[in-house]
Order: sequence, then C-alpha cells, then structure tokens
Amino acid sequence: MNLVELQKKLIAAARANPPSDRVPPSFEKRIMALITARPVSDVWAAWARGLWVAAAPCVAVMLLFSAMAFFHAPQPSNPSIDLAQQLDNTLLAAVDQNSDSSW
Amino acid sequence: MERTEAELIAAVLKGDAASFEPLIEKYSPRVFATARRYARRESEIEDIVQEVWLKAYQKLQSFRGEAPFEHWLMRLAVRTCYDFLRSHQRNRESAFSDLSEPEDDWLERFVHTPGAAREDADAARQLVQRVLQSLSPPARLVITLLEIEDRSVKEISKLTGWSVPLVKVRAFRARAEMRKILAKITQEKYL
Repeated sequence: MNLVELQKKLIAAARANPPSDRVPPSFEKRIMALITARPVSDVWAAWARGLWVAAAPCVAVMLLFSAMAFFHAPQPSNPSIDLAQQLDNTLLAAVDQNSDSSW
Repeated sequence: MERTEAELIAAVLKGDAASFEPLIEKYSPRVFATARRYARRESEIEDIVQEVWLKAYQKLQSFRGEAPFEHWLMRLAVRTCYDFLRSHQRNRESAFSDLSEPEDDWLERFVHTPGAAREDADAARQLVQRVLQSLSPPARLVITLLEIEDRSVKEISKLTGWSVPLVKVRAFRARAEMRKILAKITQEKYL
C-alpha cells in the first residue's frame, strides 16, 4: 500500500472538513461573569501581602536563635586571647612536632 | 458609534472590564474553530476556549498593539490547545483493530482503487481524526498547522514560540510518525 498517498488523501480529507466555529449561546456572558467574579490581581499588592505573612515567622525564628545563642552558647572569659592562642598552636604545630621528635 | 478594537483594549486596561465583551463576541468563533481541531468533546472545547479568554484578560497588558489583536489571541489559543494536548496525551488512541465499518470500507476502497476513495467522505474524516488522535502532541500540532491549515513554517514558529529549525525538525518527525501509524493500521488490517 502506498502510505504517502494514503497520508495525502487523509490530509486532504481533514482539509475538506474544517471544524465548526459555532459558539454556544451566551458564551460571552459566561466568560464575563467569570472575569468580574475574579478579584483584580495586583502583583505588588500580592508581593506586599506575602512579605507581611513572612515577617511573623521570620521574627519568631530570629527570637528563638537569639535566645539559644544567649542562654546556651559557651562564654569564653577572654575570647580574643583564646583565639590568638588557638592560631598560635595551629601555626606552630609543625615546629612543635619537629622539636618533639628530635629528643 | 462602535468603538475600535484599540479603544476597547485601552478601556479594559483602564479597568472597564465590560469593554472586553465585544472582543469575546467577535473572536470566539475563531477560537472555537481552533479548539475543535484539538479536542473532541464539547465540554473540553468549552474549557479550552474559556481558558484562552481568561488568559487573554489577565495578560492583556502584554499586548503591545504592534500586531493585530487577533494574531496575539490566536497565539494564546494555539499554545493553550498545545497545553491541553500535552495534559491529555495519555488518552491517545493506539488500537486500530476497532475501525468502524465505514472506515474499513474506505480503506478497502483506497487499497483497490485509490482514486475511488473520496476525501470528502465521512469515513475519511473519522479515520483522519483517529490518526491525529494517535499522534504525539507536537506532531499533532505541527501536522494540523502545516498540512491541514496550510500555514508557513514562519507562521507556525510565531504561533507556537518554537524556533524555525525546531518547527522543521518537528514537521519531519511528525510526517514520519503519521506514516508509522498508517503502516500500523494497514498491518493490523491486512496482515
């Protein structure tokens, strides 16, 4: 069977039968009712609403972490000396190791 | 005095929603005809057209008035139909063993004397609908626009948002897909 010929014939059949453009009665009224029933969408208003909604949980999380940091975090007596000592130990670790092995 | 399209659109953009109604009245027949190419059930067709108009209303601000409103609306309609095809692609028909008697007869006539199988026959129309329903969404869209509606590749590119080379590739694949389906029909029938 010649498939190309059959394809052409069927395409011609589809062309010969264009679809109807009939519109259901009072279709435009239905669309207008849907349009007017929908709230007007304002992007900036929606954005502002979103920000306000997000603000409360953000503040709650911030307060929670602040409280945790205040009550549970270790409090070094002198943080700057502590940090300097730690840096010293790290930098001089290799030297310390060499001097240990020479004994 | 009747207002022009541009005046109606400007009024809608200023907040006068009622000015949208004449546009719906004017262009609904075209949108319905387009939707009927891709959907069969009347309820589905009405859903598609309703979605097209709601989108048109929501996106009216993006209409710049450089091209006619009808072109802008038809782009929206074609893309909505394509979305519909993609969301319903699982319902595509694939079995051809249940061809109706007139479809069977038409094919039989075509096999014996291709000239005697008339294109305007109801059976041919049903058969082509069956074949189109079996195509993948991009293949169905491109066959409909290119072969049935006789649109140019450039026009299809504008309507679908696909690039020109992509339209050409999809058209090539769509024709091959259609031939494969026709081969399957004839195999099921004659082997």
